Amino acid sequence: MTVRVLTVRENLLGANDERARMNRELLNRHGILMLNVMASPGAGKTSLILTTIAGLKERARIAVIEGDIASSVDADKASALGVPAIQINTGGGCHLDANMVAKALDHLALDGPLDEIDLLFVENVGNLVCTAEFALGEHRKVVVLSVPEGDDKPYKYPVMFAEADVVVISKCDVLPYFDFDVKSFSEAVCGINPKVRIFPLSCKTGEGMDPWFTWLGEETESRPAEIPAETPR
Amino acid sequence: MHEQPIVESLMSVALEKAAAANASKILGIYLVNGELSGANSENIEFYFDFLSQGTIAEQASIFFIQPPTEVRCRNCSTVFSPVNLNLTCPSCQERKIEIISGRELFVESIEVE
Repeated sequence: MTVRVLTVRENLLGANDERARMNRELLNRHGILMLNVMASPGAGKTSLILTTIAGLKERARIAVIEGDIASSVDADKASALGVPAIQINTGGGCHLDANMVAKALDHLALDGPLDEIDLLFVENVGNLVCTAEFALGEHRKVVVLSVPEGDDKPYKYPVMFAEADVVVISKCDVLPYFDFDVKSFSEAVCGINPKVRIFPLSCKTGEGMDPWFTWLGEETESRPAEIPAETPR
Repeated sequence: MHEQPIVESLMSVALEKAAAANASKILGIYLVNGELSGANSENIEFYFDFLSQGTIAEQASIFFIQPPTEVRCRNCSTVFSPVNLNLTCPSCQERKIEIISGRELFVESIEVE
């Protein structure tokens, strides 16, 4: 048999990107703004989402998709606040992908009309590496970095910080006890990503929550359908 | 862990292309994998050995092509290849950069018979 070389030139995340585009279209049709919340385990993703639900519940109709390797601990906490919450267990997988989110959106639609949701948080699996590579169809990527993790993380995980639309510095109430320099951290993030918005805050004390709520309120009121589709990498 | 879905995608891309060309065997897969793609080449091979069993790709070798990692300094526009992800610009010492290349992850070509 003759040996032949076939040109392929196909992106390995192409199928995921296509599914993410379809998720985005569905969200746009229903006027839902979806945020992909990414961070290391324990950075405070769940606390941020729960505090935001409590603070914004009167202004926006919120729902949550929780991604975890196992358990429904986080979805249970969100349900207890009276918002629709769907748990995805990845069964060991270290990130969510667009297909998992598509299924979760189907489940969410069974809970009630999607038109009655304004703001959808997707809490990704705790991981600062590969969650950045898998588009879910989100309108905004939110990266949470907690004070105890250290201010050098943008240099160690440049792709994650380059992808972020928003960076939340969480647990700012413990700043006096750590050598975390908010200014040098912010400069590092802006160096990689000049368009990023940074919100230093503490869910515990409520400090810094208001600017975050204001931003979210404005984003939710802006029409998600007008946000341009995913730009190819 | 995260290479498994990537290898599943690699398999489906390669098998589809081979089937469309009526190939009976895939001998080689040329995979462009940038340093910043988040996919580890050894793990890709590990999953590939397992997932390709019983397919026309089971004897294929994967040839990894690593494009240079390049970033552009946002301060002085110098393009440089960071060593060990050191993002300090060699010309002006600023650490304000834009990633130009290094995130690629795609199948360039396959060799079939």
